[in-house]
Amino acid sequence: MLRYTVRRLGQLMLVVLALSVLLFAWLRALPGGPVSALLGDRATPESEAALRADLGLDQPIFLQYWRFVARALTGDFGTSTGVQRGTPALDVFLQRFPATLELAVLAILIAIAVGIPLGYLAARRRGRLLDNLSITWSLVGIAVPVFFLAFLLKWIFAVQLGWLPASGRQTGGIDATRVTGFYVLDGLLTQEWDAALDAFVHLLLPAIALSTIPFAVIFRITRAAVLDVLDEDYVRTARSKGLAGAVIRRRHVLRNAMLPVVTTIGLQTGALLSGAVLTERVFNIPGLGQALALGFERKDFPVLQVVILASAMTYVLVNLLVDLSYAAIDPRIRTR
Amino acid sequence: MALLEVRDLSVVFQRKGEEPFAAVDGISFDVSPGQMVGLVGESGCGKSVTSLAIMGLLPQRGVRVEGTVEFEGKDLLRLSDRELADRRGRDLGMVFQDPLSSVNPVIPIGVQVSEVLERHEGLRRREAALRSAELLDRVGIPDPSRRLKEYPHQLSGGMRQRALIAMALACKPRLLIADEPTTALDVTIQAQILSLLSELVRDTGTALIMITHDLGVVAGMCDEVNVLYGGRIVERAGRHELFAEPRHPYTAGLLASIPRLDAPRGDRLTPIRGSVADNIPWAGGCAFAPRCPNAVDACVERSPEMTRDGERLLRCHNPVGRPAPSEEVPVQ
Repeated sequence: MLRYTVRRLGQLMLVVLALSVLLFAWLRALPGGPVSALLGDRATPESEAALRADLGLDQPIFLQYWRFVARALTGDFGTSTGVQRGTPALDVFLQRFPATLELAVLAILIAIAVGIPLGYLAARRRGRLLDNLSITWSLVGIAVPVFFLAFLLKWIFAVQLGWLPASGRQTGGIDATRVTGFYVLDGLLTQEWDAALDAFVHLLLPAIALSTIPFAVIFRITRAAVLDVLDEDYVRTARSKGLAGAVIRRRHVLRNAMLPVVTTIGLQTGALLSGAVLTERVFNIPGLGQALALGFERKDFPVLQVVILASAMTYVLVNLLVDLSYAAIDPRIRTR
Repeated sequence: MALLEVRDLSVVFQRKGEEPFAAVDGISFDVSPGQMVGLVGESGCGKSVTSLAIMGLLPQRGVRVEGTVEFEGKDLLRLSDRELADRRGRDLGMVFQDPLSSVNPVIPIGVQVSEVLERHEGLRRREAALRSAELLDRVGIPDPSRRLKEYPHQLSGGMRQRALIAMALACKPRLLIADEPTTALDVTIQAQILSLLSELVRDTGTALIMITHDLGVVAGMCDEVNVLYGGRIVERAGRHELFAEPRHPYTAGLLASIPRLDAPRGDRLTPIRGSVADNIPWAGGCAFAPRCPNAVDACVERSPEMTRDGERLLRCHNPVGRPAPSEEVPVQ
């Protein structure tokens, strides 16, 4: 198990390394390169040459890469040129990261909490009403674009009914102490319950919108996996022993069926970030998705670099956790 | 009194838009306490479906089960799911064909043995684990207390089948059904598993239904042999009578296709021609007629009734050797 973990961590390093090369190459490959990106219309041959020397772009490419890595390792990704002009790119990321993480975690929790039980029940009632309804619902969840659903939810529950707030992370002017930047967590830590609740309520609509695709996929995979496992010979063996239905379901069916589901949950974290770009837009949440969208609009490469590198690392890390929990569920992986 | 009385058992599979198909078509047989009974036939003759019907393990949808299966006087087919589950694992045990897929890959062997004891004998986890170690030892698994913690993939196929036998016999059931327990194993292991099975059921006084396509398997252990074809019993006899003098052409064909060490060199095995796919429905005659070397006109005109000849039952218009006995058996 330890060797497995170490090996997987080694793979993580490789991914980060490969990604740094890609990000580095991407900047150099831009039409006109970073210089014209930075200077834009104001570029003159003189100013370009000056900036080129200033940025070290006149030096050999390997040296440039080495400087890029060395600075990245110290957390220096340069200064934001568009999203929050003048702020270090890393700080822009750190300020926005909690908002997105909060949103993504709640979204995936909703997707898991609804998707797995529903998938399980649908499999056990295959072909009946609940099954057909859930399948239809999950199809709609996949087919309706996230931004449209987000608008729809906002319009119904925030604008028309007024049940939930329409935008932002917390009601303006609320008395809240900042500790971690995670608003719900901050409220709990400082025992400012109303602030925590207020932040949570702000999260609900965007998290529901963001959860639809992961929910639909988790639901489908759970349903299919449970159906597969119910047909397995070892489930018949378990029944031949006279075990109680609950024991068979918990011990013999669910555990085996969770293997593909856990993998799916890991893969869906990727979908969460792309979904967050749209959801944060609609609900005006100052998170990474918004930074990504703004960064592309305003050609803010330092910020884009940090956000992309960090999201890729998060994705790889989450999938490492998934693989580790996979090994915890399946002894065949552990002892290989 | 018989331990198990199967009467007119039929299992009909009915899928939407398809003709209903009777995998088991009115089978009757008895098993006395401690008796070893063989159900023999090719794939598709209904032997596994029979065993699953007795255990109540058939899928509930798309399957119609008729007849009665009385175990100690109670009809298992009329029991509620709950009552049946109380008996499975305690009074009735089953060993399955494929030890690879019949054990749960993600649960330690020990848990899979002790969960039966916890369920039926109300043992606590620790006691159950101790008993499980004894059981594994009894079925010939070396170093049982270490093996308890291991997972199925760490055990060989033979070991897994031994573990499955331990699970099935954990609560000393009065009836054990073994469905092709050696088919998936190496030949050398097959003999070991068979002798272990017969030793164990003899020791515990458990009755055994041995389901197999291999007459060689039943030759070594069963008191009585039922030969199945197309979902019906076509011949039943004591082991010695059946092997000395097979009367049904199908039984004779099965025997002729077993390799023998005492046959002259160069002798070819005689296969039964055709396959079960050639069957005609029993309603229109004898299902075996299209493949039968002895077939006469009567065989495709009306289906043969079960007839009694001493201790032997036979369903054939033109049996091997002597003409068919005339006495019909009403119940069968």
